[in-house]
Parts: sequence; C-alpha cells; structure tokens
Amino acid sequence: MVDTITGNQALQIEQPLIFEQDEPGRTAVDLPAPTIQEDRLGGLRRKTKVGLAGLSEPQVVRHYTRLSQKNYGIDSVFYPLGSCTMKHNPRLNEKMARLPGFGDIHPFQPESTVQGALELMDTLAHWLKELTGMPAVALSPAAGAHGELCGLMAIRAALEARGDARKVVLVPESAHGTNPATAAACGYEVESIPGDGNGRVSLAGLKDKLGPHVAAFMVTNPNTCGLFEGEIIEISKAVHDAGALVYMDGANYNAIMGRVKVAELGIDAMHINLHKTFSTPHGGGGPGAGPTVLSDALAPFAPLPFVVHGPDGFRMIEHARDAAEGQQPFGRMKGFHGQFGVFVRALSYMMSMGKDGLAKASGDAVLNANYLQARLKGSLSASYEGPVMHEALFDDRFLKDTGVSTLDFAKAMIDEGFHPMTMYFPLVVHGALLMEPTETESKQTLDAFCDTLLALAAKAKAGNADWFKAAPRHTPRGRLDEAQAARKPVLRWTPPAQVAAE
Amino acid sequence: MSTMYYTEDHEWLSVEGKTAIVGITDYAQQQLGDVVFVELPDEGKELAQGGEAAVVESVKAASEVYAPVSGTVTAVNADLEGTPALVNEDATGAGWFFALTLSDPSELDNLMDAAAYEAFVAGLE
Amino acid sequence: MRYLPLTDDDRRAMLETIGADSVDALFRDVPRAAWNTAAPNLPDHLGEIEVERALSVMARKNLDCGAAPCFLGAGAYRHHTPAALDYLIQRGEFLTAYTPYQPEVSQGTLQTLFEFQTQVALITGMDVANASMYDAATACAEAGAMAARITKRKRILVSGSVHPHYASVTATQLQHTGLDVEVLPPDPLAMEDLLGRVDEDLACLIVQTPGFFGHLRDVSKLADALHELGALLVVAVAEPLSLGLITPPGEMGADIVVAEGQSMATPPSFGGPGVGLFATRSKYLRQMPGRLCGETVDVEGRRGYVLTLSTREQHIRREKATSNICTNSGLIALAFSIHMTLLGEAGFTRLAEINHARAVDLAGRLGQLEGVKVLPAAFFNEFAVTLPKPAAEVVEALAARGILGGVPVSRFHPTYPELAEVMLVAATEMNTDADVDALVAALKEIL
Repeated sequence: MVDTITGNQALQIEQPLIFEQDEPGRTAVDLPAPTIQEDRLGGLRRKTKVGLAGLSEPQVVRHYTRLSQKNYGIDSVFYPLGSCTMKHNPRLNEKMARLPGFGDIHPFQPESTVQGALELMDTLAHWLKELTGMPAVALSPAAGAHGELCGLMAIRAALEARGDARKVVLVPESAHGTNPATAAACGYEVESIPGDGNGRVSLAGLKDKLGPHVAAFMVTNPNTCGLFEGEIIEISKAVHDAGALVYMDGANYNAIMGRVKVAELGIDAMHINLHKTFSTPHGGGGPGAGPTVLSDALAPFAPLPFVVHGPDGFRMIEHARDAAEGQQPFGRMKGFHGQFGVFVRALSYMMSMGKDGLAKASGDAVLNANYLQARLKGSLSASYEGPVMHEALFDDRFLKDTGVSTLDFAKAMIDEGFHPMTMYFPLVVHGALLMEPTETESKQTLDAFCDTLLALAAKAKAGNADWFKAAPRHTPRGRLDEAQAARKPVLRWTPPAQVAAE
Repeated sequence: MSTMYYTEDHEWLSVEGKTAIVGITDYAQQQLGDVVFVELPDEGKELAQGGEAAVVESVKAASEVYAPVSGTVTAVNADLEGTPALVNEDATGAGWFFALTLSDPSELDNLMDAAAYEAFVAGLE
Repeated sequence: MRYLPLTDDDRRAMLETIGADSVDALFRDVPRAAWNTAAPNLPDHLGEIEVERALSVMARKNLDCGAAPCFLGAGAYRHHTPAALDYLIQRGEFLTAYTPYQPEVSQGTLQTLFEFQTQVALITGMDVANASMYDAATACAEAGAMAARITKRKRILVSGSVHPHYASVTATQLQHTGLDVEVLPPDPLAMEDLLGRVDEDLACLIVQTPGFFGHLRDVSKLADALHELGALLVVAVAEPLSLGLITPPGEMGADIVVAEGQSMATPPSFGGPGVGLFATRSKYLRQMPGRLCGETVDVEGRRGYVLTLSTREQHIRREKATSNICTNSGLIALAFSIHMTLLGEAGFTRLAEINHARAVDLAGRLGQLEGVKVLPAAFFNEFAVTLPKPAAEVVEALAARGILGGVPVSRFHPTYPELAEVMLVAATEMNTDADVDALVAALKEIL
C-alpha cells in the first residue's frame, strides 16, 4: 500500500493523461501567424475542434520523462525474453541514422542524388547474402511476420509459375503464431506436424504429411524450444523431393550468425529480424525490418522494389517492366523502399561487429544460454536435455503442488529487478519459461539472475504461494485486471461532456 | 421433460423434443478462466455435428465451441454480449449459448449422459 | 569487442560449469556440411571512428533536403522535428523497451499508446484507433480485408485518387485471399465516376483525400451511397497534417480511416520506417487488426493500461487471426504522439494553416509560368501541375541546379503517356520565400 499523500513514491510519479493537463490555446511550439489570404479548400475547412491537448514544452518533457521512468528497457535491466533477442542497442546506430544524408533524404528524389542511400541498401544486402550464403535477398518486409509473408508469397508464385499450385502449408506444433497466420493470409490451409518428443520436428511425422498437395514446410531453426533442428538437411531434402519448398523462420538467427551457412541447410527462404539479431532497437513494439533471403528457386519472384548495381551506378527497380529478364516480382509489399532507417542502424552494427565479431557474438549467445541451463536445471525443470542454442526452455513441473504458477513466478522476478523471460510459449510444454540471455550480458549479470531464480524456486517449494500471488509489489502498478479491459474495452480518452451524454 | 447430453469437448445439450439448448460445462469455464467475449452463430445458420458453432474467448485464449448435433440455430443468448461473465457464473443456466432445431436426433446416441461425462472429466484430472 | 562483456576467463569458467570443452562443442547438433568453413567475404570488426568515417562518406553522396530547396511530397512530407521530440524518443526506457507484455513494468509505453490511440481517433474524427501498423500502404490492405470480413463480400474498389503504392500493396497483400481488388486508373483531374461503380457486391471503396494529385474531396455522398448498399467507405490520408485544417473523414461518413503518420513523426528517412494509423467505428472494434491498448485498474484500484483484445491476434488465433502482424511501429507511433502533444490544438491547426498558405502562394506563382497549369482547384499542401515538357526531364534539370523541385508522376505510372508531363509539388513550413524564388527562376530557364 502506498502511504504518501500524492500517491507518488519518490522517483515514481503518478502522471495523468495529456488530455487531463490540457489548457486551451497552450502549445509547446512557436509558429508565426500564417499570412491571411483566400484559402483553396473548396469549402472543406474543418469546422470542429480536433480536441488535442495543449501543454508547454517543460510540461511535455516532464510528462514523457516521468512515463519513461515506469518502463523496463534493455538499457536498465536484464531482459531474457526468449526468441526476442534483447541485446544491447548501440547508440552509434542512432547517430548514424541521424546523419542528414541518411535521415533527411526523400524517397522520391532523383536517383542521382541518393546514390549513397542505394549503396547502403546494396551493402546491407551483400552482408545478409554473405552471412547466409543465399543468392538473393528481399529488403522490403517491415518485420518478421512481413518477411514470412514475403517468403510464402514467393513460394506460391514459384509453384504457380510451374503450373503446380498446391493447397497446404505444414507448420510444427511448436511454431510461433505468426507462421500459421501468415500461411492463412497467403490462402493456404495449415496442417500441424508433431514433435519427436525431444523438442524437435519429427522427420517421420513430416514425411507422413508430405504429398502433392503440400506447398511448403515452415520450420523455425533454431526452433522455439531453443534447439537446433539437427535433421534440417534431411528435412529440406524430403520437402524438395515431394515438390514443395522450405521456409525457415529466422527469428533465432542470433544463435548461428557467422557460424552456420544457412544456404547449406537446403532452405528456400528465411527472414531475418534486424530488430533482434542486428541490434536495431525494439522501441516498445517496433519499428523492425524483416529482410528475407531467397534461394535460386525463389529469387526471380522477389517483390518490388529492389536495388541493382549497373555501370552507371545504383538504380532502384520499382516496376516489373524495368526488371531484368526472368524477374517476375510477385508484387509490392510496402510503401516506399523499405525500412531504410532500420537498415542504417543494422549496417552500422554489422560494420562495428565485423564477421569475426558476429561469430563471436553467436558463440557467446549460445554459451550464455547453456550457462543458464546448467546453473538452473537442478532446481527448475529443463524441458529438454542440452546443449541448447541461444535460449533455454523450462516448464512448470518444478512448481507442481506449490500453488505457484509460471505467471506468479514471473511477477516475483519483476520485483527483483529482472524483466521476466517469455512465459507460456512455446505451447508444447506446460507453463513454459523461455530464457534468451543474448551475448551482451556479463557473467556477473547471469550469476545474479541464476542466484535469484534459484532462491525464488526454493521459496516456491517452501510453500510461500501467497507471497508470489501478491507480486509485483514494488512497481508503479500491481497486477492489472485484463479481464475487465477485454470485457469493457476503453481504448481512448473521451471528453467528460461526451461521457456524460452517453 | 428435457434430457441432458454431454460431449468430449465439454459442451452440454439440453434436449426437449426436437429443440436443444447448447452451452459449455462448468468444467470448461473453469479451465478457460474469465470469459471476456462470446462469438455466437447467426440465427438461421445450419450447423453440422462437430462443426464450428461459436467461439468463447478468455483473456489469453480463444476456444472453438463445436455443434454437438446437426441442426438450425433458432435463438442465441443476447445477454452474453453485455455480460460474458455469465458463462463463468452460471455455465449451465444463464450462460447458455444458442438454441437449435435438431435435423437428425439419432446423433444424440453418440453423446454422453451426465454420469458418463462425470467419469470422463475425472479421467482427465 | 565493445559490445561483448564476456572475458576469456569468464568463458573458461562457464564452459566448466556446463561441462563442455569449447564453445564449438555446444554446436554439435549443427551438421558439419553447414559450418562456415569458408569465412564470408566480409570485413572484420571496426571501431566507432572507422564506422563513422565509412558511413559518413556514404551519407555525403546523398543530397539531403536541408541542403536544397525541397518541394517533394507524393506521400512523404518534410516537416520540422522539434528538438524535444528527437530527445524524448531516444530515452533508453522508450527506445530499448520491448512490446509491453508485462504491463506492470511497461506503464510508460502503455500510457503513451493510449494517448496515441486517442489522438489518432481525434484527428480522424473516428471512434477508436489501434496502436499502429507498418505504414499506410499495408494499413490500406488490412482495411480492405477488414471490410471484407465485416460485409462478407469479396470486391474491393480502389479509387484513382489513392497513392499508387497503397493500391499496389493492397492488391499484392490480398491476392491470395479470395478477394478481388480492382484498382482504377490514375485520376489527375478528379473526374472518375465512383458512384456509378458501386453495387451490392462491394465490400468497400478506398478513396484518398487529399488525393494523390492533391484534390480535396467531400466523400459524404459517397459514404451515404455505399452505406445504402451495405458497403463500407475506407478513406486513406497521406498527409495527416491536413486533418488540422479540413473536414476529417470521420465527419464525412468514413467507416475506416488509414493514414501515413510519417510526416508528423519523422524526417523523410528515404521512406522508412513510418507508421500506419488505423481508425474505425466502435461497432467494428473486434474486426480491427493490430495491437490495442486499453484502460483498466490494478489490484489497488489504480487506473492503468494493458494490451487488450489480444484474442484477435496471431499469437492466440493463429491461422484465424485478423492479421499476422506482430511487431508494428511502436517508436514511430510514440514520435507521432509526442509531436501531436508538443503542437497541441493551437499548434496543429496553425501549422496546417501555414502549410496551406505556403502551397497557395506556390500554386499562384507556378500558375503564372507559361505552360504550367495547377490541376486541383482545392488542395492542402500539395498539388499536381502539368508542364510543357516531360516532368522527369524537368526534375533532373532542377536537381542539376541543386533544387528538389517535385516528383514526376511518370515514376509511378510509366505506362500512361498522358501523365508524362504531370509533376507533384508540395510546400511545407520548411520552405522559405527564397526557396520559392529559386524554384520559379529555375523553371523559367528550364521550361
């Protein structure tokens, strides 16, 4: 219980909505009065107020500063979210993205005036192709799920081009929800492939379901259990033998970058999350970028636009008619040219790390995850035998009969100064706890984390369920009523007069 | 007099003549947690046994409710729109989902009675 | 390596705890055939100095809009970024936070999303908005899919006023969903007959105002006609600042509004990342794609915010989700929101007036040039002009003189010879009288 008059707790300040701080006429910008002349609005001048709140600059800065202080971020705490790759976000990337020659260029300037931008895109593409060994890359997808759509659309285009349109996409039962959602968005039916009991895809189960109606197999590798699909080459061969194509979800590429030549795995498409593997910031939910590397089978169908390098410099191909012979782009996925600001940040990171650094990073990422696994498995229930890749999966067997759930355990971690790991995903184990430390954490941090988890596990087993249920206690808000939020959705502030009228 | 039937997907069916009322069991609502929304079929919709009839949503999950028997939907529980919590509070009464006219009463032979359902649930735990 | 905290001593100690001989040994599941035996053709690591040097060289090969009079629009607009805005979005607690799945430690992000959703609803005149999409083009595609779900119809009609990228992305994204997307030809004179093309097969009509060629349009009659047929009206907005001065789509009967938030959130950045705004009526709430932030209370009864109605989304509904979107455009949405807060009612409306006044002045001066005709009678801060020469050549000639004078429409519609002489010109508060003088003088020489 908070015992202050204001409800504030020293550095944690209760902050109302901007609309509750509104004063008419107030503003944080000084703009000159517009020169009055006849407008050319065709009688469509707005007659109603917009309703935006008016604050001065000091108030705005204070508002957002206080709100920021209620957030955990990588800058402040260890954030072991599985499959999210919460690695350090270097500020050099931000500085480079803000160079006027990158930040202040318009997408439709004449090409001769943006050769440096096209060169940057081409260079990024080169890095992605060299790292993965794949011959082509589509840069335009805006996020991982968008990259999945790119890969599946290319697959569909390729199959239709050879007159063999098929109807079904196979997806492992452990897959992230974006996989089946994307397959459905591409007009496919989805069928699930079982695991082999050891956290991996069952090759026999897959072969069972392959047939002339199957267009593709979507596989995450390393998979959502943190394990490498060791039979991936046999998997790809089986899929190709059945006339289908392989999509690899590259969300976990951080485990293998610089070490594994993805092209040798026999895959046809893989998206890469620049905002995971290549350190561009998560920003509270984006923006990201999901460039998708493509095999020779799919390269001809890559979407518009793309950069080509000719004798006169770089060009942006924006129409199918301007593409090289044999290119049959399946369409355009995004406005303008892709997430350019994210490209700059990613390239800045790649250049900083170099091929030697990227290989070292994936090694440290895997080492850190195995270290967590080794230190915790005695007390928490590891779902699979190691070694693991860049993330370690546990389940709630260790909490059996304690009255403490995975959720309760996670909320207690918050009070200890850690962001919880991913909970309840993947769905293939009960009460999953998926931990991905990344390579940018020190051994000291990992030890502090493990010491804390071991102590929490002991506390749970000692019968302190109520203590866990009341967590978190030290955050600006305690547990929030999600049922109420869903039953009676309030998704915006409404002026009081309007509420009274309703 | 109405007869109660149950399915392995935890739906209950209260049958009187050729009319039936369908809902989910108390066990089901406990498993789901707080119900926040129920998506009901349109009146007049034709349902096939085992086909998707409705969707019940909690905060973290959305579960299909399947048609226990084939028939045509004659009424839906309008109260669930404003008060989805009725499913938690009174799953077998005020939390009913929809009513339908049976097209093939012989399908009832495949369903469980109260005792069989109780035994089924006991086996799950 | 400055981003890697582990020392060799650490690695040794950790391997011992794990019981492995080497880091390589941990990769035993990886088939030998896939090991990177041939090192990729890439350079080794660089320090900050070298990275800055190399990227600065690349950046200097570009002519930035601050170094030349710039009149470019066509869906991306250059406005002033207040210093406070750029500072606030770089606060580590915003920049480096994840999606707010643990609401107790994400109230900062969540409250700003709630404020953002409110601002988007206010400027568009709609009931509710989501927490962002990737951009307007993909938001447009999602709006079409949403209209199809609501009406249970399959036909989507895209007006010739709509940005060609929005139209193209909508057609691409929906091509395998069983929906039929018809894109009407470009409409430089705002003469297309939309009322004559709507019928009971239609799920929705997508219209843009201000249109791609600049025209302002009152869509109220269209909205009425569509509603009578049981169809929906989707309105796209490429320049959200326009909503500070013209009647918003929500007051003209729109059912869904999509917009590109870039102009009010970030510098042009070569087109990305931007932010897709998405707003609709309350009754369609459950069909809306994307994340939603909602108000609730915590265990102590204090007001707080959470992501809600998640059962529409991919991580729960999987193949039945309203969309496959996961990561969206959080930080850019925050930037948009902070900018709206800095401007406030007074600033937003005044900035819109200034932009329109600039454009009216520019239109007046360009219209006086021989052979140059301004096409729209009513516009906001951008309008199409016809020139006496192909616009692409004129634009190159202007660039050679250090002026970014406009965007040739042929860049978007290369197969329409009648559009070869049409150019889009935008003016914002960033343009000075000297800029306009320079453009006019250059055009006099070139044309």
